[in-house]
Amino acid sequence: MGRITLENVSKIFGSNHAEAVDLISRGKRKAEVAEACGAVVGLCDISFDVREGEILILMGLSGSGKSTLLRCMNRLVEPTVGRILVDDVDVTRLGRKELLAFRQKTFGMVFQHFALLPNRTILSNVGFGLEIKNVPVKQRTDAAMQAIELVGLKGWESKYPHELSGGMQQRAGLARALAADADILLMDEAFSALDPLIRRDMQAELRELQRKLKKTIVFVSHDLDEAVALGGRIVLMKDGEVVQIGQPEEVVARPATEYVRRFVEHIDLAAVMRAEQVADRAAIVLSPTDTVAEARLRTAAGGSDGWLVADQDGRFVGRVRAERLANARVGDTVSGLLDLDPGVVSAGTRLDAVLGQVADGGAVAVVAEDGRLIGPITSRDIVRALAARPNAHHDHSPTQTKPAGAERWTGTSQNSPSTRSATTPSTGSPNMAVG
Amino acid sequence: MPPWLAIAVAALATAKIGGRKVGLLTLAGLLFLWNLRLWQATVETLVLVILATLAALVIGIPVGIWFALSRRAWRTFSPVLDMMQTLPSFVYLIPALPFFGLGAVSACFATIVFSVPPVIRLTALGIRNVPSELVEASDAFGSSATQKLFKVQLPLALPTIMAGVNQTMMLALSMVVIAAMIGAGGLGRAVWQSIQRLEAGAGFEAGIGIVIVAVILDRATQALAARARPHGSA
Repeated sequence: MGRITLENVSKIFGSNHAEAVDLISRGKRKAEVAEACGAVVGLCDISFDVREGEILILMGLSGSGKSTLLRCMNRLVEPTVGRILVDDVDVTRLGRKELLAFRQKTFGMVFQHFALLPNRTILSNVGFGLEIKNVPVKQRTDAAMQAIELVGLKGWESKYPHELSGGMQQRAGLARALAADADILLMDEAFSALDPLIRRDMQAELRELQRKLKKTIVFVSHDLDEAVALGGRIVLMKDGEVVQIGQPEEVVARPATEYVRRFVEHIDLAAVMRAEQVADRAAIVLSPTDTVAEARLRTAAGGSDGWLVADQDGRFVGRVRAERLANARVGDTVSGLLDLDPGVVSAGTRLDAVLGQVADGGAVAVVAEDGRLIGPITSRDIVRALAARPNAHHDHSPTQTKPAGAERWTGTSQNSPSTRSATTPSTGSPNMAVG
Repeated sequence: MPPWLAIAVAALATAKIGGRKVGLLTLAGLLFLWNLRLWQATVETLVLVILATLAALVIGIPVGIWFALSRRAWRTFSPVLDMMQTLPSFVYLIPALPFFGLGAVSACFATIVFSVPPVIRLTALGIRNVPSELVEASDAFGSSATQKLFKVQLPLALPTIMAGVNQTMMLALSMVVIAAMIGAGGLGRAVWQSIQRLEAGAGFEAGIGIVIVAVILDRATQALAARARPHGSA
């Protein structure tokens, strides 16, 4: 439950609806429509899916139509044309009574300024959705208490909203949306009014809650860092249109337009990039059955303080440090020289989570879900990845000054099988899925 | 009911609503009026004021809700409210007479017409001023219009509506005094008679009586309004 499909949704403000809709269907855009018939286009021919159980982030500057789009989903704003399907129900065709019942059942909403009723206690606020559903008091109180515990407000239920800090009020707002047990949470700039530290906590907690509850969340935000922290797909909007849809790392790596590129310019790359994008796929990998002599031959170029070892199936086995290889007897095999506790991270790990390990223990092995070794991350790989801005080095020939593999992040044209990775279009490819 | 008992009950009631200070004020004020032999007139005035106010609220609050929810109604009838408030209060006495004749009924009718605008206005204002985010929140959770009105809009508008009640009551009091001209009893009649007989002293006593009644009613309704405010906010 909780799949949302938008089909050609448009919202026109002002007069001349019919004419504006006609213009849009002929491919005109906001500015052209305004010029032609004076109507203001709030949303322009928007189609996309929200997958069940995902956090989808609607992003854009103010006035880009993201809040309007969110409100179209539960028809707080009536879309002028288009269909909105939630599971198999066409929301746009519901009658008044059906719409109310559908809102009660399906949607929970969290607001930027919390929107708690000041004359009610937290408990009564959290139970509001159930009260509207005419749930008996006892049941309502139980469900509200559960939601209050879930968001960590236990002990505050008999307080009034003004007695709580902003962060706690928004927890109550979240609890209110959760208590109604709706499948879909609509969150409108839910954390934007909180100060940065609290905001980060709330983002982490929302992710944690989402892992437990598996709701479908549509989250409106103007903050790219927030989108990255929440870790869902991003729908980037401008002038009522969708400009790009994708995982944060895709959007950062391959901005669809100049606008998107500028939008993502100041993003913290370490938070967006995944270990697999940074891993040096071209690095030399030894086999456990190699003899020391063979290994020395293959690593003669040096330049590293250790090498990763993988078996013939590509499974990660361990790591050999350079000094051990140098001191070993020629007849031994590599398998006898492995480090006991090599640093290993999974492919989807965020780069900022890898930093510490690399700083402490040198190279870290990046391993895919099936145990296959993707490659090592050394401090050099990290510096290279962070120094590279997407689309900023087009004129640069990566192979001249950098070892093989460096073009992974900077270039966009190397799609040979061996370097297939971050820059390859990867919409829907399973190994890009964010945990 | 003997005056002393009525005074005690009134003092206790106002003390319960507004605290000890208001209770003591009521006690002292009413005892003073009893002492001036104005008790009977005071009771008549109070009854008229309270009846007229109740009637004004019964009419005014629903109309105010209607005005708040319907922009068109508000635009159409707002000038009527303006007229009702600016028309000299004496004018209301004239149409009341042919319908109800001389006496308390006519007085009550004129009082209601004169005192109903503030409660209509402030009810509409209170509901319109409920933050739109709260109204939206209640919509988002699927409230019907009735649920929204009774669970969100009216409770949040209550402090403003209570301010309207206070205003209406004060207007009703001033009108009840004027309505003595068409035969309403009470303190107003005492004033009216002393004007006709040029008894400055008696007129002054009755005037003081009206002030005391006004202060008591005002304090009591203001205390009610303060109670309606959400906890903690000033």
